[in-house]
Amino acid sequence: MKRALAIMVGAALILLLAMLTLVAMPYVQLSSEAVPEQLEPYTTAQQRGRDLYIANGCVYCHSQQPRDPGFSNADSERGWGRPSVPGDYTFDQPHLMGTMRTGPDLFNIGARQPSVDWQLLHLYNPRAVVEDSIMPAYRFLFRVVDTPAEGDHVVKIPDPYGPESGTVVATREALELTSYLLALDHTYPASTLPQAEASQAQGEGR
Amino acid sequence: MTPTIAILLIITFVVSAVGLLLLIWSIATNQFGHGSLAARTIFLEGEEGHSEDPARTVTPETTDDNIDADELRARGQADLSSRRATMAWLGSAVFWLLVGSGYGLLTSAKFHWPELLADSEWLTFGRVRPMHLNAVAYGWASMAGVGTAIFLIPRLFKTALVGGRYALTGAGIWNLGMLLGLVSINLGLSDGEEWLEFPWQVDILFVIGGALCAIPLVLTAANRRVAHLYVTSWYLLAALVWFPILFLLANLPGLFPGASGATVNWWFAHNVLGLWVTPIGVGIAYYMIPKILGRPIISYQLSLIGFWSLALFYSQVGIHHLVGGPVPTWLVTLSIVHSVMMSIPVITVAINHHGTMWGHFGMLRRSPTLRFVWIGALMYTVSSLQGSMEALRSVNVITHFTHYTVGHAHLGMYAFLSMILFGAIYFIMPRLLNWEWPWRPLITLHFWLVSIGILIYVVALSVGGWLQGLSLLDADTPFMDIVRLTLPYLEARTLGGALMTLGHLVFAVHFVAMLTRRGKDRRQPTLFRAGERQHKHSSVEVQQ
Repeated sequence: MKRALAIMVGAALILLLAMLTLVAMPYVQLSSEAVPEQLEPYTTAQQRGRDLYIANGCVYCHSQQPRDPGFSNADSERGWGRPSVPGDYTFDQPHLMGTMRTGPDLFNIGARQPSVDWQLLHLYNPRAVVEDSIMPAYRFLFRVVDTPAEGDHVVKIPDPYGPESGTVVATREALELTSYLLALDHTYPASTLPQAEASQAQGEGR
Repeated sequence: MTPTIAILLIITFVVSAVGLLLLIWSIATNQFGHGSLAARTIFLEGEEGHSEDPARTVTPETTDDNIDADELRARGQADLSSRRATMAWLGSAVFWLLVGSGYGLLTSAKFHWPELLADSEWLTFGRVRPMHLNAVAYGWASMAGVGTAIFLIPRLFKTALVGGRYALTGAGIWNLGMLLGLVSINLGLSDGEEWLEFPWQVDILFVIGGALCAIPLVLTAANRRVAHLYVTSWYLLAALVWFPILFLLANLPGLFPGASGATVNWWFAHNVLGLWVTPIGVGIAYYMIPKILGRPIISYQLSLIGFWSLALFYSQVGIHHLVGGPVPTWLVTLSIVHSVMMSIPVITVAINHHGTMWGHFGMLRRSPTLRFVWIGALMYTVSSLQGSMEALRSVNVITHFTHYTVGHAHLGMYAFLSMILFGAIYFIMPRLLNWEWPWRPLITLHFWLVSIGILIYVVALSVGGWLQGLSLLDADTPFMDIVRLTLPYLEARTLGGALMTLGHLVFAVHFVAMLTRRGKDRRQPTLFRAGERQHKHSSVEVQQ
């Protein structure tokens, strides 16, 4: 029993060491990071849109972390923005940095595609705006009505992507998701970027 | 701030280095004792040189081997003592394997048929994908691993399992957690971080279910009748300590916001692989390979170096998932260094597994367990070395954010771990049920379907992912061109996945047939080639 216990205690101690380096120390350092002045907390609608982003697993195809030009120049050249800094994620709980780019990075999608109607049409059927897109359609976030009621947000769907009859209107969920996507705009400067890279990133625009 | 971090960092490096030196010293001076004697603890008196291959419970009356009769009977009883608990975990695992494969195949198909079942929010890509991951990681791999551990523990400690009903209850609670967790994801109630999608309220069930399995483990260890703990028990004991700590910490709600949430997320996610399923898979291979060959592993000391260095290095590799991301550079570097250091435990394990096999590869032709387990062990070597390479910045800049990583994950979780688990189940079931696997051709079919399937899968995604990564680095290539570029490889992946799923169906049918005792009542083990047993036996003895 003694030897079995020794193995288990030894194993636990090693894990504790790892927790110190990979959990505790980053936590201490990151929680003292400066919050960018122009970063705003999410509104209620944006936060609910963010919850939909989580519920429907957008993170499995879209990252939210443009890489440092010193590491990979392509991200900023594609117009995905300056490298992100820890402070950019202050209000993100949970984080949605992602590990996959089946689709493009969305850290600045709100700046790249600021049109509500483009976003809604793209969600309704991505192939209506991007030829050959393999993004799923989110038609379940829309309703088809005969005559839109007062205050309904009508989405004009070009042929042949629309329903056979009726008008497509966005549900509240679709509008909230869109408001979150438009909130993904981190084009403000980040003071905590290392100086040399900051000037380089600014020179390249968003 | 920075000096503090630097000092802490230096301290941890020094501690790591001192720990490693201490380990090498203690092994060199034989502080662990026993050595080759310890490597033989898995054999009964007079058993060495005899292959133990899946056959219904061997008793003194049914074997002509001159193995100590009392010990043989005791082992038969040890096997049966874990029967109900082992069956509960393994049976559930096979069920979740089917569920997970179905969702996996659907996920894969949706990549190239985006309109497939797209109108239902219950079947949208972003929900079925995490359902696949969680069903196979926590349902199939974890449950089959725990089931095999429960079977091996009494054997390793040469005593009956104590407290098996705790493990049985644990299986019930774990299954409830699986069900509630998958339904939650389907309803859109995911926690939102990869590998941690189950809502934290459901996670409590996994902590309880897992802890209930640790009870019989500790009780049986206290009751053991062996002088030395064989290396497999080291891995299993450690894995069962590590998983609850990791799972509990990573799932604590609201503790880690923003960027530090990302570090905890990936520290956990890689530890599920490194400190949970890897020790289980490696531990099982350390048992099965020598048992079926009838010869001890070639270097017991090396196996202990492998164990402690795995603990030391694997626990700190997680942040290589955030190379180039918004986390401190020192943290990423630390993980890259440890990822590369992982080649030490991997090479020691490789020397032992493959070195023990050396000169006995002919056995792969007849033994299903050995064939599955050894190929799994070989893929452990391959996927681990690949993983070390992938952590390097120069490689990572290409492979990160691409399908290449998904191919690598399946090389590890499937070609390594799942193959070993299949082999273990082929070994265990005849002993628990006192019945032989009914149909030999089904084992052959299962083997070839999953082997060809995973080969297509990994090759397609590795090539496609690499090309995708290169194109992503070239800003002049329009994004949609990259999507079109990957399509043929994604279609090939669906083909590979379909073959694997078909293999799982064959396996599940055979498993159920086994449970219901179909086929003939035979005494001979079900091997790939019948009638070679006696012949092979004598050739093993000649080599001793």
